[in-house]
Amino acid sequence: MAYYQNIITQVQVRPIEPEHGVPVAVDARWGTPFHSYLMGLIGNAQVGPIYIGYLGALSFACGLIAFEIIGLNMWASVNWDPIQFVRQLPWLALEPPRPQYGLRILPPLNEGGWWLIAGFFLTASILLWWVRLYRRAAALGLGKHVPWAFASAIWLYLVLGFIRPIMMGSWSEAVPFGIFPHLDWTAAFSLRYGNLFYNPFHMLSIVFLYGSTLLFAMHGGTILAVSRYGGEREIDQIVDRGTATERAALFWRWTMGFNATMESVHRWAWWFAVLTTLTGGIGILLTGTVVDNWYLWAVKHGVAPSYPQVYGPIVDPSSVAPSVHP
Amino acid sequence: MRTLLAVAGAVAALFLTIAMLGTAGWTRPPMAQQQTGFRGTAMDVIETKANKAAKIEANQAPAPADPAEPGGEKASAVYENVKVLGDLSADNFNRLMASMTEWVAPEQGCTYCHNTENMADDSLYQKRVARRMLQMVQHINSTWKENHVHEAGVTCYTCHRGQPVPKNIWFENPGPNAGHGVIPRNNGQNVASPQVGLTSLPYGVYAAFYAHKNTPEDAIRVNATSALPETKGKPIQDAEKTFAIMISMAQSLGVNCTYCHNTRSVADWSTSTPNRVAAWHGIRMVRDLNEDYMLPLSSTLPPNRHGPMGDVPKMNCATCHNGANKPLNGAHVVEAYPELAGPVASADMPAGVPVQPATAPAAAPDPAMPAPAPKP
Repeated sequence: MAYYQNIITQVQVRPIEPEHGVPVAVDARWGTPFHSYLMGLIGNAQVGPIYIGYLGALSFACGLIAFEIIGLNMWASVNWDPIQFVRQLPWLALEPPRPQYGLRILPPLNEGGWWLIAGFFLTASILLWWVRLYRRAAALGLGKHVPWAFASAIWLYLVLGFIRPIMMGSWSEAVPFGIFPHLDWTAAFSLRYGNLFYNPFHMLSIVFLYGSTLLFAMHGGTILAVSRYGGEREIDQIVDRGTATERAALFWRWTMGFNATMESVHRWAWWFAVLTTLTGGIGILLTGTVVDNWYLWAVKHGVAPSYPQVYGPIVDPSSVAPSVHP
Repeated sequence: MRTLLAVAGAVAALFLTIAMLGTAGWTRPPMAQQQTGFRGTAMDVIETKANKAAKIEANQAPAPADPAEPGGEKASAVYENVKVLGDLSADNFNRLMASMTEWVAPEQGCTYCHNTENMADDSLYQKRVARRMLQMVQHINSTWKENHVHEAGVTCYTCHRGQPVPKNIWFENPGPNAGHGVIPRNNGQNVASPQVGLTSLPYGVYAAFYAHKNTPEDAIRVNATSALPETKGKPIQDAEKTFAIMISMAQSLGVNCTYCHNTRSVADWSTSTPNRVAAWHGIRMVRDLNEDYMLPLSSTLPPNRHGPMGDVPKMNCATCHNGANKPLNGAHVVEAYPELAGPVASADMPAGVPVQPATAPAAAPDPAMPAPAPKP
């Protein structure tokens, strides 16, 4: 029983001749394939060869430059103290330019210039990686589902750090690079724009995010549960429906009257995942540009309910006694 | 290999578990809830019963001194150089002096402020500061009675708690540049700062919001007042500052956001609690006291009482509140000391204060000052 419930792969396939896959027109793979026990625990035991190509190399180089700029700026912000750098690392950040610089292309480096340079290289790295994904998918004769799903995440990234700041007329509207700082920024963003929970696209994004986890749990659980009948070879099962597929389908038809198919469950999962960042990006884009206070917007459109007064009327003291400075 | 990995994994898991159990600052039920809003709005102040009991215990008001005999000569007639409390009877004056010693300098005693050779001598800076602080207490208990301190009032003990320097004070934060050649920039944030709840939010918010009376009325307000954009709004950096000062206030009072706000719209006054109105006046009070009473002490306080930027110690919500939503559990501390209830005997700095440069705190005592008449 425990055999099927383990998160670690129990059987490692180690062919005498490493798997080289289908032949493709341009094959610029690099490295000698080898087998790794550790990798075999979580996936395929064979590592490599990897396709690098000029896009991959450029993407990696740009990513490294961005990583270094961010890291060195963080280190500088603790006066180059290595101990404080490690202790404070989750708090450290590279902040976007101050509001007074607007959309200036290059403010002084320590006033946000470094943020723009790091952002440029990080964006270049991500976009190059997307092109690489697309071209590798094409080379293998695949559909472009993975690059388009990645594009959905890139959309949210670009809205947060590029498109929305431009629409707002200031780089200062963008997100800082940092672990806690970007989370505190998110909370402040919601506070500034009157509670993001009243943003309908934020609502949709949450639905798809939580829906994704639900679908993943259902699908992952189903396949693991029928792997004793070979159900983990699900692609085979789409065309050659054996006992594993039948039981998996029957389980859901018994318990909720309806079942996804071996193919359609992936369509569900793909769309839920893609729509999470797609709707999220729309919600961010509308914030500050089209709607300035989501709570007031929700009141205006009857979304936010009103509750009975618990106390006597509470009024803004600054409207009652303006500027009392004894 | 497999066994080694399993052992290594188990050891790592064990250490992580121990670290998690030992360092996360766990609290455990039973909890004490206080509902602050309509049901279903999640407006509750929640803390452990143990924490609540400890907080009440730590904020006990001291018993007032026995009342003095009524009548008798005025302090100004009996003693020299009594500038603020001259109208009190000498007995009552001595009672207050004894209480002040208990409140502020119980270990150091009278000599913390007084030259015992000549009690009227103003040479010690502590005495000149104490005189100003007496005026401040009268000012708080009179001017801010209606809007903030109410019947409870304050005494020296509200802030000092038996310490010459109150525990919760603030100085301007020099940031990360102090004493180094490189000029890094952290935007005044992004270090683990206890005053803003160990978030990465801006840490210099006291100077931004609590130092000056002429702080704009809308300095803390960052929300748009209309659903759709009509004017250019405030940047997110301002919202971060507001968030930071609010975290600081909540910590100072030992409460959470919903003590004052219905957090579905923190800006909306109509859904807030009356506590928010009190807090609004409290912010104005802190600005008033810092500007009119603390900043003018700049030349009176010696350099060792100044902060790293050479500024005087200043107050915030925690200075009086000390983690309790009502200082000293809301005890009416001023009732037993009506002379502290104000109004301020003299609004200005008392005349005759020897103003000294900050670099020379130990100036010679005024030779013209006569010895006080011994009390019969």
